[in-house]
Amino acid sequence: MSPTGAEVIRKIRSEVEEVDPADVKSHLGNGIVLLDVRESEEWDAGHIPGAKHVARGFLESRVEGAIGSDRSQRVVIYCASGQRSALAANTLKHLLGYENVASMNGGITLWKDRGYEVEKPVVLTPQQRDRYSRHLLVPEIGLEGQTKLLNAKVLLLGAGGLGSPTALYLAAAGVGTLGVVDDDEVDLSNLQRQVIHTTDRIGTPKVDSAEIAINGINPDVKVVKYKTRLDASNIMEIIEGYDVIVDGVDNFPTRYLLNDATVRLDIPVVSASILGFDGQLSVFKPHDGPCYRCLYPVPPPAELAPSCGANGVLGVLPGTMGLLQATEVVKLIVGAGEPLVGRLLLYEALGATFTELKVRRDPECPICSIDPSEIDESQMGVFPDYEAFCAAAG
Amino acid sequence: MGVTVKLPTQLRDAAGGSSAVTVEGGTVGEALNGLYSEHAELRERIADGDGSLRRFVNVYLKGEDIRFLDGLDTEVADGDEVTILPAVAGG
Repeated sequence: MSPTGAEVIRKIRSEVEEVDPADVKSHLGNGIVLLDVRESEEWDAGHIPGAKHVARGFLESRVEGAIGSDRSQRVVIYCASGQRSALAANTLKHLLGYENVASMNGGITLWKDRGYEVEKPVVLTPQQRDRYSRHLLVPEIGLEGQTKLLNAKVLLLGAGGLGSPTALYLAAAGVGTLGVVDDDEVDLSNLQRQVIHTTDRIGTPKVDSAEIAINGINPDVKVVKYKTRLDASNIMEIIEGYDVIVDGVDNFPTRYLLNDATVRLDIPVVSASILGFDGQLSVFKPHDGPCYRCLYPVPPPAELAPSCGANGVLGVLPGTMGLLQATEVVKLIVGAGEPLVGRLLLYEALGATFTELKVRRDPECPICSIDPSEIDESQMGVFPDYEAFCAAAG
Repeated sequence: MGVTVKLPTQLRDAAGGSSAVTVEGGTVGEALNGLYSEHAELRERIADGDGSLRRFVNVYLKGEDIRFLDGLDTEVADGDEVTILPAVAGG
């Protein structure tokens, strides 16, 4: 009498090597190939990051294209629960000659139950195809770039002069998550340049006002609000996990603190500053280029460090500089063009001139000359008192 | 023809409001001395007592930081542009 289907599956499962999701997770990135054999719709709904996909029905014809023809490589197959993957492992091993094949027990269901990471590929809705159509038409962005933007997390330090235009355009461009750090409330004197806020929102926390404007432009954007001042006690917690940070803060202590923390966490910073009719812009990409301290080893003393509040600023200037920042952010995320790394761009509005200066890595920089792998865990997030440091400098 | 020294916003009040000053000199140091002789107040804003640059002031010759050239001894030629740049934190 022929065996039943259930008996065949049981027999095959007893013969195939089965591994636990915890085991798979610990070996990810160590040369193992992870193969998802579920149907396309299941794959689109979420899969394990880094996995390859061949639906089981196409296994024999397409697997070599997906994972290569090296028969000795370690291959771990998964499906929803561990049944289809066991059958696929059997096929790979006995019919196709892959020698080192295992099936993940419990499939992606158990993987998710354990709380392990699942990647959801972005599938644009018809509305999104319409909204981002002008990006999709540009070869440097296209669907791939737009997907990167929708998956990107960008942190804006300050919803003020620079942060306002940056936030509006990054929201319009479809950056998926925008974090906004600001402890201030909207003031009448802000409205000459901080275009994300409105007259009827005077007195409202800036993070709330910014959220209203951002979601008014683009409901795709998730806004994460931090109504606080960035300091040594909270910086690591706030900035970790962001892909790019936009620095538009109005004081030196925070700029140095941000530099040290981002170099340690390897997060690129798109930095701009403004005063009067002059603007400065650069991208500090840790270890690829100089950091803020390579450019400015020490801050000026307080009496020579005028702030916009005391000295004034052309209202349009943060718009110009903020949008140059937004452009650099988009370039970093989609990987297009030449980012402003190792270069400082000066804009002088009265003369309508741009000047480009070279910024080199300082081999003696106290922060970025250290290999981040040599930075002790206990040092992470520990900073000297920057307020005192800046006050004493010069 | 001389060397053009470009001044940032923060230093213009000490130079009678000028954004650029043309001076004579064969090195960056000499050009800066020429600048100080025209606008005495700029000396203490840019230099320490011994004439060296204050640590928070960057000076560029034709786009290069003079810290990575020969410092104040870096040679300049007629028509060269020297940019003085302090850090700015406005946002």
